[in-house]
Amino acid sequence: MLEADNLECTRGEQRLFQGLEFRLGAGELLFLKGENGAGKTSLLRMICGLLPPGAGEIRWQGENIHHLAGDYRAAFCYLGHANAIKEELTPLENLRCAAALAGTSLPESLAFDALAQVGLADRADLACRYLSQGQKRRVALARLVCDNRALWVLDEPFVALDARAVAWLRDLIGAHVAAGGLTVMTTHQPVDMPSVQTRELRLAA
Amino acid sequence: MRALLHVIVRDLRLALRRPADIVSTLFFFVIVASLFPLGVGPDPALLRQLAPGVLWVGALLATMLSLPRLFADDFRDGTLEQMALSPNPLGLAVLGKVVAHWLYSGLPLAVLAPVLGLQFDLSTGALGVLTFSILLGTPALSGIGAIGAGLTLGLRGGGVLLSLLVLPLYIPVLIFGAGAVDAVAGGLEPQTHLALLTALSVGGVAFAPWIAALALKLALE
Amino acid sequence: MNWFKYSAPAAFYPLAGRLIPWFWRLAFVFAAAGLYIGLVAAPVDFQQGEAYRIIFIHVGAAWMSMFIYLVMAFWGGMGLAFNTRLSGMMAQALAPTGTMFAFLSLWTGAFWGKPMWGTWWLWSDARLMSSLILLFLYIGFLALTHAIDDKRRADRAGAILLLVGVVNIPVIYFSVQWWNTLHQGASVSVKGSSMAVIMLWGMLLVALAMWMYTIAVALTRARIIILEREWRADWVQTLSNPESAGGTAGN
Repeated sequence: MLEADNLECTRGEQRLFQGLEFRLGAGELLFLKGENGAGKTSLLRMICGLLPPGAGEIRWQGENIHHLAGDYRAAFCYLGHANAIKEELTPLENLRCAAALAGTSLPESLAFDALAQVGLADRADLACRYLSQGQKRRVALARLVCDNRALWVLDEPFVALDARAVAWLRDLIGAHVAAGGLTVMTTHQPVDMPSVQTRELRLAA
Repeated sequence: MRALLHVIVRDLRLALRRPADIVSTLFFFVIVASLFPLGVGPDPALLRQLAPGVLWVGALLATMLSLPRLFADDFRDGTLEQMALSPNPLGLAVLGKVVAHWLYSGLPLAVLAPVLGLQFDLSTGALGVLTFSILLGTPALSGIGAIGAGLTLGLRGGGVLLSLLVLPLYIPVLIFGAGAVDAVAGGLEPQTHLALLTALSVGGVAFAPWIAALALKLALE
Repeated sequence: MNWFKYSAPAAFYPLAGRLIPWFWRLAFVFAAAGLYIGLVAAPVDFQQGEAYRIIFIHVGAAWMSMFIYLVMAFWGGMGLAFNTRLSGMMAQALAPTGTMFAFLSLWTGAFWGKPMWGTWWLWSDARLMSSLILLFLYIGFLALTHAIDDKRRADRAGAILLLVGVVNIPVIYFSVQWWNTLHQGASVSVKGSSMAVIMLWGMLLVALAMWMYTIAVALTRARIIILEREWRADWVQTLSNPESAGGTAGN
C-alpha cells in the first residue's frame, strides 16, 4: 500500500538520510526509531507530502503521492507535534472543525462520544485555553476515534499522556491496525504492541 | 463549497472570540485619521481636500496591521498543516480566510469611514462614495495581503517585511479608491474609478489565494 | 545544443568563467563608443544646454532597471516550473544590479530634473513615480530573499514575489498614469519629436554597454553563489584541490 524508494532528505546543509526505503502493507505498523535530529519528523512530513523529498518517491497503492494529491490526502490522517487545537474553541468545536477540514462531517453526538472516550466528557464545552497540556493532546487524539481513513501518520503521539491514556491510545492504534489499517509512528517511549504486525525502521544520525 | 463556507465561519468565529483585535485595528484607523489635522493644521478647505487620501491611507495601514495574524496563529498551532493536508486544495482554505479577513477588517473599516469623513467635512455624496470605494477596494487589499502574509510567514521581522512587500502592490487600489472620492468632490462621476476598483478586487480575490497557497506550502516545508 | 545541460551548476560554472572576460571587453567597447557620442560627438541642445547629456546615462539605466526585473521574473518562472537550482541563483545574482540601475535612473533623473524643471523631484511625473515603485519592488525582493535562511525557500518565495510584481507592474503603471493625468495636464516630455539620430545611437550604445556589464557582473555573482551553496559537492572540492580529485572530499 505505502512504499518509499531511495528517499533522500536534506535540511539546510545537513543531509539527514539517503537511499531510504520501506514497504508497508494493510494491517501493518511501522515504528520509526532514531535519535533526535535523525530525520524522523522530516520523514513523516515527507510521507504526508508536506516536504518534497530531495530524491526518490513515495507511492500509495502504486502511484506517486504527488500525482494523487487530494485523493491521497483523503486517505490518511496526520497528527504532528502541534495539536492543531484552537484555544478559543471548545473541544467539541475543535473536533468538528477538524472533521470539516478533512472533508467529512462529524455529528455532535459522535464528537461527544469521542471526547468521552478520552475522558473529557465534562470539559466538552470549555474553551481549550483552560485545558492542561495533556488534556489538549487528548483532544487532538480524539480525532482518531472517529477517523476511518486507512493510514495514520503519528508523530510522538504518546507525549504528555498519563499511563491510562497511553494504554488507551495503544489499544486504539492496535485496533486500527488489526482492522486492516496502516500506521506509521515515532515514539521515544517503549510501547509494546503484542497483537499486531510491527516493522521497525531505524534512522541513523 | 461547504469546505469554503466552513473556513469562513470558523475564522469569523475565532475573530469574534477575541474582539479586542478587531477593535484595536479600528481604533488605529481612527487615530491615524485624527493625527493628520494635527499635522497639517485645522484649515477646513485643506482638510476637505486631503480627506480622501488620508482616509484611504489610514484604511490601507489598518489592513496591513491585521495581516501578520492572518496565517500566523494557524501556523503556530498546526492548523495550517491540517489545512494543507485536507483533501480540498489549500487555495480554497486561503480563499475562505481572505473572505473572512475582509468581513472582520474591510467591512468594519467601510462602516467607520463615513464617520471619520464627517470630521473632515466631506459632502454627503463624497461620504457615500468613500464608503462604497472602501467596500469595493478592501477585498483586493485582503487578497494581495494574503500573498505577502504567506511569503513572510514565520520569518523574523515578518511584520515590517510584509509592509515592504505589500504596500507597493497596494498603490493602484489607493489611487482608484481615493480618486473616486476626489472625483465626486470635484463634481465628476466616480463610476470609472469604482469599476476599476471592483476589477482589482475581483482579480485579487480570484487569483491571490492560489498564489498565497503556493507561498504557504513553502513555509510549511 | 542542449541548453538544459548548462542549467546544472557544475556545467554552468566553468562556462560562465570563460564568458565573463568577453562580456567585460564588450562592455568597455560599447561604453567608450556610447560615451564618445554622448559627451563629445552629439551637439549641444540649444534649449537644454549641456545638462541634457545626463540622459545618455539616465535612459539606459531606466531601461535596464525594467529589463532586469523582467529577466529576473523569467528566471523565477523557470525555477518554479522546472525546479532548476540555477534559476534562483540567477535571479539572486541579477537583483543587486537591477536595484543599482533603478536607483541610478532615479538619481540621474533628479539631476536632470533640477536644471529642466527647476526641482529635484516632480510628483506629477508618471515615469518618475513608476521608477520609484520599481525600486520598492527590488528592495522588497532583496529584503524577502535575505530574510529566509533556507535557500530553496528563499529562491521560490522570491520567484513568487517576482511573478506577482511582473503581473502588477502594468496595473501599477496604468494607475499611476491615470492618477497623473487626473492631477495635472501632460507631464514634461524628454523626447522631442526631432530627436537627432546621433543621440539615439548614443543611448543605444550606452544601453548595450550596460547590458554587457550586467551580464558580466551577474555571471560573476552567480559563480560566487554557486560556490557558497554547493561547496560540499565533489566538483567544487575538485576545483579548489585538484590533487584529491573525487576522493574523500565529498564525504
